[in-house]
Amino acid sequence: MANLILTPNLPRADDTYADLLAAHEGLSKAASDALNARLILILMNHVGDQAIIREALKAAKLENESA
Amino acid sequence: MNKIFEIPLYPYTRHPDQDASSPVRRKVVIVGAGPVGLAAAIDLAQQGIEAVILDENDRVSFGSRAICFAKRTLEISDRLGCGDPLVEKGVQWNIGKVFFDERKVYDFNLLPEGGHRRPAFINLQQYYFEEYLVNRLRALESEGAPVSIRGGSKVTSIEDRGDHVSLVVKTPEGAYTLEADWLIACDGAASPARQILGLDFVGRVFEDNFLIADVVMDAEFPTERWFWFDPPFNKGQSALLHKQPDGVWRIDLQLGWNIDKEKEKKPENVIPRLKAMLGEEVNFELEWVSIYTFQCRRMERFRHGRVLFAGDSAHQVSPFGARGANSGLQDTDNLVWKLKLVIDGSAPASLLDTYDVERVYGADENILNSSRSTDFITPKSEQSRIFRDAVLDLSEHYAFARPLVNSGRLSMPCTYDTSPLNTTDALPDAPARARPGSPCPDAPVGSGFLLDQLGKGFTLLVLNTDAPAAVSVGEVEARTLSIAATKELAERYLGEATSAVYLIRPDQHVAARWGRYDETAVKSALARACGKEL
Repeated sequence: MANLILTPNLPRADDTYADLLAAHEGLSKAASDALNARLILILMNHVGDQAIIREALKAAKLENESA
Repeated sequence: MNKIFEIPLYPYTRHPDQDASSPVRRKVVIVGAGPVGLAAAIDLAQQGIEAVILDENDRVSFGSRAICFAKRTLEISDRLGCGDPLVEKGVQWNIGKVFFDERKVYDFNLLPEGGHRRPAFINLQQYYFEEYLVNRLRALESEGAPVSIRGGSKVTSIEDRGDHVSLVVKTPEGAYTLEADWLIACDGAASPARQILGLDFVGRVFEDNFLIADVVMDAEFPTERWFWFDPPFNKGQSALLHKQPDGVWRIDLQLGWNIDKEKEKKPENVIPRLKAMLGEEVNFELEWVSIYTFQCRRMERFRHGRVLFAGDSAHQVSPFGARGANSGLQDTDNLVWKLKLVIDGSAPASLLDTYDVERVYGADENILNSSRSTDFITPKSEQSRIFRDAVLDLSEHYAFARPLVNSGRLSMPCTYDTSPLNTTDALPDAPARARPGSPCPDAPVGSGFLLDQLGKGFTLLVLNTDAPAAVSVGEVEARTLSIAATKELAERYLGEATSAVYLIRPDQHVAARWGRYDETAVKSALARACGKEL
C-alpha cells in the first residue's frame, strides 16, 4: 500500500517554503513555469513510486474529502 | 534509371480461372501484395497450403515508405527463408541522437545484447523488403509450392457464404468470380476489402502533417538516427534524419496542421526546407516526397467469419516507433499456423478467434505507445509543451530524464500475457522474458542460433533434462529439441532453475513451461495451445 504523507513532514517548513519562492524570484512567467515543471519531474523521480505519485496527483486535485 | 519500384514484377496475365465454366475455389486468397500479404503467402506456401495473392498493381510500392525493420521481423523473415538478403542490404545502426533547439541534449546506444542472430533493427526501403519477399515467393513457386501472385487484379466484391468466400475480381480483360475457403485482407490502411464489407475503423485522428523527403546525397552524416525537437530550421516542430541503403536519407519534417499540402509538396518549397536543415553547400537529389497525416485506430475485430484482416487494414498507428509493417508481420506470424491447423482439420475454427484476441492485444499496445510518442512530439496543450520542454532540458543534464524523452518507442514483439492459449506458468522463477506468451529470446546454440532450430510446428525445448522425441495430441505433434544449456540459454530460459521444458508454438511464442517433462501436463498444454479447450 502506498502511503502519501499529507501531515506536516518538513522539519523547517518556513525555510523550505522561502527557498521555493526565492528560486522563482525575478523570473518571467515562462521561466517560472519551466522551473516548476523541472522541479515536479525531479521530485517525481526522487519519489520513484507510481502509486504514491498517483495519490499525490489525486490529492493535488483537491477532489478527496478535506483533511 | 530503372528503380525497382518502376519495374512490373507481377504483370497481369490471363489465368485459366478466368475461363473456367464455374468459379474455381482456392484454399486461401490474399488481397494485397505488400509486406504483410507477401509474408502470409510465403508462410502458407511453406506449410503446403495453396495461397493466391491478388493485387491491383503489378509492382512493389513506390517510395521508401516503411524503412525500419525490427529484430522480430527479421526473425520471422528467417523463418520465411528470406532474412539474409534483407540484412545484407539493410543499414544497421545503434546510435540515436536527440537535439533540442540548437543543442544536442543526449545520445543513446541501442547496441543489442550479444548472442542473437539478428540486430535490433535495420533500415531498408519498403520496396527492397517487398522485392526480396517476391523473390522468395517466386523461388517457392518454381519449387512447386502452391503459391502465385496475380497482378492487375482488383477485388470489387466480397461475400462470405458461410462455407466459403465469393469474390469478384476485376482485371484489364474483364471481371471473373473466384472462390476461397479463407480470405486474408492485407490491402492497407484504406482497405477496399474493409470498405466493401462495410466494417468499422475507428480511433483518434492527430491534427498534424509530416513531410517525408527521401534524398540521395553523399553526406558526411554518420549512420545514426537524429531527432530534433524544435530545431532552428523547423521552429516549433520536429525533424528526423535516418539513413537507408544506396546513399538515400529519410528526412521527416513536421509541418503542423493548417498547411496547403499540394503547395508544400512542390520541389521549390521542399528544397529550401532541406537546405536550411542540411546546409546550403550539400548537394542532394530528391527521390520521393510525400506528406502524411496519421491516425491511431483499429477495427473492433480482425476476424469476420472467413475473412481475416492483417496489417494496416486492421490497425493503423503513427510512424513513430516503426510499429506499422513490423506489427503486420507479427499478425501473419500469428495467423498462418492457426489457419493451417484449422484447414487441416487439426484444430477447431475457434482457434482463429485467438488470432483476433492476441493481435487486438498487440494492436492496442502499439496504439498506446504510438499515441504517447505523438503526444510528446506534438504537445496538445501549453502545459504539455512546458513539461515536454522541461524533460528535454533536464535530459541534457541528468540521466533520469532521458527515459522520458519520447521520439518513438521502437517496435518490440508483443507478449501475449492474457492469451487463452497459454498454460499457467509452472516455472515462475525462471526469467520473465521467456514466460508463457513471450516470443522466444534467441541464443547461440552450437555454431548457429536457437530460433533457426525451432521447427515449423510445435517444439518442445528441453534443457538439461529428458523427454521423449515427440509428443502428440490428435494430429498435432510437438517435436523435442533437447539441448544442454549454454551460458546464454541458461540466462534466458533457466535463471535459477536447473532444468526446463518449454512448449513453443509454431510462431516461436512460448505456450507453457515446466521444470521437468510431465506427459499429462505437456499434452494438456499442447491441446490448449491448439484451441481445443476454448
